Amino acid sequence: MSSENTDQIKRTEKISFTFDDQTVEAYDGETIAAALLRRGVIHLRNAPNSNTARGMFCGMGVCQECVVEVDGYKVEACRTKTSNGLIVKKVSYV
Amino acid sequence: MYDVIVIGAGPAGANAALTAEHYGLNVLLIDEGSDAGGQVWRVKSKSILSAPVTETSLKGDKLRQRVKSSEVDILFETRVWQIEQNEEHVWQLGLQGVCERSSVSGKALIIATGAQERVIPLNGWTLPGVYGLAGATALFKEHMILPGKNTVVAGSGPLVFFVASEIIRLGGTLSAVVTLNSRFEWLKAAAEMISKPGLLWQGVKWVFKLHIKGIPLHWQSALSSINGNEYVQDVDIIKTTKYGYLKRKLNVLVEADSVCLGHGLIPAIEATRLAGADHHYDETLGGWVPTIDQCGRTTVKYLYACGDNAGILGVQAAPYRGELSAIAAVEDLTGSTSETINHHNKALKSLGEEAAFGIAATALTIPKNGLIENIGKNVEVCRCEGITREEIEIELIKGSVSPNSIKSGTRCGMGPCGGRFCSESLAMITESITNQSREEIGLPTARPPLRPVSMDEISDELDYDELPIPGVSPL
Ligand code: FES
Repeated sequence: MSSENTDQIKRTEKISFTFDDQTVEAYDGETIAAALLRRGVIHLRNAPNSNTARGMFCGMGVCQECVVEVDGYKVEACRTKTSNGLIVKKVSYV
Repeated sequence: MYDVIVIGAGPAGANAALTAEHYGLNVLLIDEGSDAGGQVWRVKSKSILSAPVTETSLKGDKLRQRVKSSEVDILFETRVWQIEQNEEHVWQLGLQGVCERSSVSGKALIIATGAQERVIPLNGWTLPGVYGLAGATALFKEHMILPGKNTVVAGSGPLVFFVASEIIRLGGTLSAVVTLNSRFEWLKAAAEMISKPGLLWQGVKWVFKLHIKGIPLHWQSALSSINGNEYVQDVDIIKTTKYGYLKRKLNVLVEADSVCLGHGLIPAIEATRLAGADHHYDETLGGWVPTIDQCGRTTVKYLYACGDNAGILGVQAAPYRGELSAIAAVEDLTGSTSETINHHNKALKSLGEEAAFGIAATALTIPKNGLIENIGKNVEVCRCEGITREEIEIELIKGSVSPNSIKSGTRCGMGPCGGRFCSESLAMITESITNQSREEIGLPTARPPLRPVSMDEISDELDYDELPIPGVSPL
């Protein structure tokens, strides 16, 4: 988020990927979930049964709430790294 | 074949691996992270080139350096999904790397899978913007990013204050800090922590920091609801009795866009269960723990457990627990020497000194009875399958009393997280309704995969119950 103390932290170069139709800037190598959170995108999917909004929760690959689709696979956004041109989609349960 | 395989490269597991290597054994260390450190000394994201050093980052870097310069074989970014012991007592592990799957075998297996978080459900806990306290620490340590623009931190135990102070350190804004513990409980814990004045002082500094920043600190209080449709908008904070029951009239509404919520750590016992070890319930150690001797030997031959998964004693105790279980493995495989005996005695003494602190910290997170009452009828207890408290209660009234039967009756715990976030609350609800003890309620059957396997490689919609059930001794 915008308010973090960024002056003392050096990060990698910016790259960009897409989340559905949105182009998102990220630091090369950071996770999809962190890059999206930085841009304020936290609603990552809807739960299959209750259809309620969900986002990253455990941040460490346990809860599966952050699951998104990359190349046809469901992956954990909190553990999957971004790369330039990566196409990330919301999962749909149909 | 390896002499020793260690699962988990946190402070316990990494030290176990280094100790076993020191005694000349052939060691493999496996972790799902990209380097050693575990959750507590979590390695920074590769996207961070440099950042101010902290005590934790220094300790983690030192450990990573030691692992790197050792002869220990390493498999990072690898998840263990199956554990089996054959008739000759050889361990066989199913592994899943970045894309490929393989297996590996070893004579002794040391499990150091650490802790997982207990988050007791409440209205709105599934909203985007709500994070576990441990999840929040991952955001800070790995990404140096804040959970939101204004955050409420709530729950029990020391993590509440740690997360709050990290948010301040990273320049974030706190709307409120809400701790279920009373000042008195903290004083009591402090008296037991007196052997570690440094750590105690750290705690005092955390609270002091909140005071000078003028951040409202609600003692002996809880969130009764997190409100919002798609995002967190505000939260209700309520005073509780000392048993955690809400005092309905004492309510404040606080605006926030994010919430960090957690109620202590529980041992991550899936691996020791899958490996067939006996477990018992001990709330002072965080709940279900493998039954071990003082060196971490479990009830299964050549199976050891060290670190928080063998009972929550915290990061200070973890390295000694790692050393002890490695020494036990070395002695079981190659016999004891005067060096192993001396080493054992030394590590045991240090462990004793550190353990008291861990126990006092864990005592602050033993769930209070009232917390269960706070779970409203329509709250989704099982986040994955969307099973509400009401649905669970109906199943209990129908006569389901074991986690297995509730699971098959409601699907609670059958989602992709494998029940990791609901089994604790499910057991607490069962306990309050049926008056059984946690030992009587038991645990659901242990099944692979050990960790969520999110790749659709196993099948398109992974149904955990369709996977082969290993020969695990029932609890
Ligand atoms: S946030 Fe829990 S798995 Fe990613």
